[in-house]
Amino acid sequence: MADATRPIFEHLPAWMVVSFYVLVVVSTGLFLFGWAIRARKYLRGRAVPLDQLPARFVRAARDLYSSRTIGHRDRFAGTSHALILWGFTALFIGTVILSFDYDILRRLFNGYSFYRGTFYLGYKLTLDILGLGMLAGLILMGVRRGWFRLFRLDYRRVDTRPQAPRRLYRIGDWVFVGWLFALGFTGFLLEGLRIAADHPSSASFSPVGSVFAAGLRLVGLQHQAGAIHTGLWAFHATIALAFVAYIPYSKAVHIVASGVNLILRDRFAASRLPAPGDQVVAGTLGDLTWKQLIALDACTKCGRCHEVCPARASGAPLSPRDLVLDLREYADRMIGLRTPVTDRLAAAMPAELVPRLAGHVIPPETLWACTTCMACVEACPVGIEHVPLIVGMRQTLIETGQMDGNLQTALQNLGKHGNSFGTSPRMRGRWTQGLSFPIKDARKAPVEYLWFVGDFASYDPRLQDVSRSTARVFQALGLDFGILFDAERNAGNDVRRVGEEGLYEMLREQNSRALAGCEFAAIVTTDPHSYNTLKKEYSNDGTAYQVLHYTELLAQLLEGGRLKFTRPLSQRVTYHDPCYLGRYNGVYEAPRALIRATGAELVDMPRCRANALCCGAGGGRIWMTDNPGQERPSEQRIREAMTLPDVATFVVACPKDVTMYAAAAKALGVEERMQVKELIELVETAL
Amino acid sequence: MAGIVVLAEALSGALNDVSLELLSKGRQLATALGQPLIAVLVGDGLDAIAPALQGADRVLLIEDPALRQFTPDAHEHALTAAITPLEPRLLMIGNTTAGMDLAAGLAARLKWPLAAYCTDLRLDGKELIAVAQLYGGKLFAEVELASQPVIVSVIPGSFPAMAPGGTGTIEHVAASVEKSRTQFKELIAPEAADVDIRKAPALVSVGRGIGGPENLGIVEDLARAIGAEVAASRPVVDSGWLPKARQVGKSGQTVKPKLYLAVGISGAPEHLQGMKDAEFIVAVNTDASAPIFEVAHLGVVADALEFVPALTERVRAGA
Amino acid sequence: MNLLVPLKLVPDLVEELTLNEAGTDLDRDALIYKLNEFDDQALEEALVLKETTGATVTAIALEAPEIDQVLFTALAKGADRAVKVTGDFEPGIDNHAAAQVLASAVRGQQVDLVLCGVQAPDDLDGQLGVLLAGALGWPHISVVSGIEPDSAARAVRCHQEYAGGLMALLETELPAVLGVQAARQPPRYAAISTIRKVMKEKQLDEVAATPGDETVLRLQVRRLFKPVSRAHARMLEGDVTRQVEDLVSALSERGVLKVSV
Repeated sequence: MADATRPIFEHLPAWMVVSFYVLVVVSTGLFLFGWAIRARKYLRGRAVPLDQLPARFVRAARDLYSSRTIGHRDRFAGTSHALILWGFTALFIGTVILSFDYDILRRLFNGYSFYRGTFYLGYKLTLDILGLGMLAGLILMGVRRGWFRLFRLDYRRVDTRPQAPRRLYRIGDWVFVGWLFALGFTGFLLEGLRIAADHPSSASFSPVGSVFAAGLRLVGLQHQAGAIHTGLWAFHATIALAFVAYIPYSKAVHIVASGVNLILRDRFAASRLPAPGDQVVAGTLGDLTWKQLIALDACTKCGRCHEVCPARASGAPLSPRDLVLDLREYADRMIGLRTPVTDRLAAAMPAELVPRLAGHVIPPETLWACTTCMACVEACPVGIEHVPLIVGMRQTLIETGQMDGNLQTALQNLGKHGNSFGTSPRMRGRWTQGLSFPIKDARKAPVEYLWFVGDFASYDPRLQDVSRSTARVFQALGLDFGILFDAERNAGNDVRRVGEEGLYEMLREQNSRALAGCEFAAIVTTDPHSYNTLKKEYSNDGTAYQVLHYTELLAQLLEGGRLKFTRPLSQRVTYHDPCYLGRYNGVYEAPRALIRATGAELVDMPRCRANALCCGAGGGRIWMTDNPGQERPSEQRIREAMTLPDVATFVVACPKDVTMYAAAAKALGVEERMQVKELIELVETAL
Repeated sequence: MAGIVVLAEALSGALNDVSLELLSKGRQLATALGQPLIAVLVGDGLDAIAPALQGADRVLLIEDPALRQFTPDAHEHALTAAITPLEPRLLMIGNTTAGMDLAAGLAARLKWPLAAYCTDLRLDGKELIAVAQLYGGKLFAEVELASQPVIVSVIPGSFPAMAPGGTGTIEHVAASVEKSRTQFKELIAPEAADVDIRKAPALVSVGRGIGGPENLGIVEDLARAIGAEVAASRPVVDSGWLPKARQVGKSGQTVKPKLYLAVGISGAPEHLQGMKDAEFIVAVNTDASAPIFEVAHLGVVADALEFVPALTERVRAGA
Repeated sequence: MNLLVPLKLVPDLVEELTLNEAGTDLDRDALIYKLNEFDDQALEEALVLKETTGATVTAIALEAPEIDQVLFTALAKGADRAVKVTGDFEPGIDNHAAAQVLASAVRGQQVDLVLCGVQAPDDLDGQLGVLLAGALGWPHISVVSGIEPDSAARAVRCHQEYAGGLMALLETELPAVLGVQAARQPPRYAAISTIRKVMKEKQLDEVAATPGDETVLRLQVRRLFKPVSRAHARMLEGDVTRQVEDLVSALSERGVLKVSV
């Protein structure tokens, strides 16, 4: 079969071939025009540097083609999408090869073509199989969308905005799936018709086509094959080219935008907010970076962020998905792309010359409901970073004073006294008085570990007990540690995430000054929020501090044999991954190793590690009035823990978690049934 | 220079309690110093009120239609003219709204020294000493009222009230009236309240410690369960969580119920002024050092959000 | 209409108040200061009037440690000018003397209305606003809310609050001094970054103090003392359940509550 090949445009009248090329030009033009409009949108964004392009590209390609991000916690969607992606890519490359060979190679090199022989056979086989895969994937997706009744695909809004015509979204979704399916199906039909009419010897290398051919023979159409073929070919070509033109104007935009966004993503964007000089308040659309504008286009409305958001789950008017879509539609409207969807959004906004993102496009209560837990960022398969968008918009709200009264009080207390409680900074070290031994003053003596205690652990009575436990454990282990006493201020992590950059700067300056006067090898902290900002956002004249969470430190000691448990526990416990330790900083194993070492049997909750459900205190929410709504996320979490058989202890590793979960257990009336304990308390008991 | 002068106040046509409290302390001082006690009242049509002040040796009524309603400017002017010739040892004014304007205003016009926010006056030998309250009651100052004349403004409720009536002479003094720069326009009565908290036998009073208006429900439940009305401290009313009619305190109502249950109220002096004479005071607060515990009979250090529903449940169970 | 808002720093009660050796004054080295809460209300009311009527707002304060921050914060919130009256003032200067100093500064400016906080925690010798009015010879009204200038800005209407929720609507000619009890909305927040920006971009006006009227006699403070609580509540011990039980018993005993115990 050395000369197996298929003539292109066989049996087609000349006018059809000409029309084909005309359509190619038209559709390409529309495609490019669509992208030009979008590019105009992106160019209006703020410039930010892009580094390490090759590494990013490789990583993105790997993520995309392994379906890692889509398959994350959803094998069905991952597999279906992989089938579609591989199939589409193969068919796309196949068409490119074909057109390259036919339109360029043959013309330039006097009829030379590689589209023959072994190549042709391999090509046909590959495309057949992958093409079938694509059809299968599309069917699976259709079933998922139509039959599974997934919550994440419910487009209803959770805020008070009038329900935009989400019906149009659904129609768009089905059109997209249907269109691709029609393309693939008609493609195979064409192949089948050709095989039925021509009986080529290479048919065995087109298994799917052969099946279609058999089918056609079954219904007796093989004799009209030629006539049908022409008409069908025209149809197929038209919808294919129309699809190309359709891409930049529809959900199909994600084909490009999502891939690009995976290249641009920075998974720790929320963890390490830009330095104050680079930080720009996201006041109006032009303040968003071009990366962020592309990210907005990458959203496929998959609904995962909507599903995992703890604020949404407790009935607050925040849906990360709707936030992204609203911003996107607003941006589209601003560049003149008007659709019923964008019109409806525009009608809801005041007729101001330059509407502000925070307040006009996105209501303040939506922005304030966020706990900055990063579950949305973690779940997003296309790499959108919702949290920095929210934090940026919150800065406008702070500047204009649009905030909850309790938050204002907390910020004023932080500004005046360095803690949110409004208590004197001189009382910060008072908790140490309950100990039988003195704690070193890190301001006066060098220490190996400078223990940054944190607001809640210093001032809240219940947590002061935990701090004392921690001190006793450190002492028993012979650690050389000290604290800053009165010189310590709130590290500022949540102040930053609330949007008060100036106050954050002030707190950071104060803390940095205090740290500069001390000698220490590493900072150890019992508060994951402080941990995050000290590690990622503080700098010691350009170099980062060495920062450990106490679980990391103890786990190291455990490994080194310096930590031994003499009174092992025998309970079954569960562990809640704090957002700022887990999702933000990837510390999952150290606490678990510790728990297991104490002898307790660790049973993870269904949503654990990167999928843990936030307690609801982050992002400054602990300083604000509770969201009105249904059950608090902390209560939902306790319920989740109670589904585990024989587990009566809820272990946490963050002071705010202790407060939130103890209150939740009490609110549910189960504080006897499910006891909330800080990990250090287990350690102390088992030591 | 002689005489203890007490400035009485009758803004709404009735003599306020402070006037009689000042008279009783004034009488004590006047007797000790051997000086006459003079009550002064400014307004119009005061004949019906004057007899109540006859516990003083002289009752001076400064009347004029222009002085019927209180305006700082007109009253100050009239008082300056009337008091200057008296050359008193001491001028006592109650620390009410009008008193705040008049005490400092007269101090400035007459150029007499002033000790404000006094809670006590006494003689230390020959010396007259005032005790004044500062920093919301966290600190007190002993002030020597050495110079004469001197003005003191006194916090209502500091002294027992003298019984009205007596044998003092009532005199009408010509009022010095000039065109006042401040005009009275109208009196605005408090919004028609659905309830008069002064008449309620029991009150459950809410303060900022309750957290937010969404938590008022548990307080209302408790009030219903024990047959009480809901009252509030100033910050709660200022924040709009409850209407002004329910406010207890210096600028609200003064109440004397059989039971006053203060929930989440710290006990600022302005609030205490309105409820410290209640028969039985119970306070619930998370802060063990809250000043409310100094006037309360029973104290509970607990979180209101926990304690109040528990109490409601217990009361309902035992009813 | 030109509004003037005098601002005063007072000790922040978050710290324990300690006395000096002689016991005649606070140990001022140990104190932190904050803006008098009622002055904050007055400033807010002035800023709201600026937004609704286009008035100009000037904040003014006597020189003191940490006063710059307060004046810059006023500018950050929206005041048009901030004036610092320079001079060597004793810490804890009394209101009579402060009023004299402010009066001399006011006479040198074009001021229609002074909005003062109604009182401050250390007003031993009377409220600053009223004393200032006295020094200037202007009409004054205390315990005021709901300030409305008339259209010609020659007079101002306001509510004076009496006990029991009673209020009087008064109208006064300008210039005048009003003692503000509460602004019509809670004092706004000034973001630190805004304050810092203002500190870089704007200047405080400085005015030298002219010596005050020395004929006012001052009263001598013999001593300061912390209150000795004469009475204290009987505290109920135990957990919430126990406390509830004890309370219910006590109330039943007194006949205030009718429950079976």
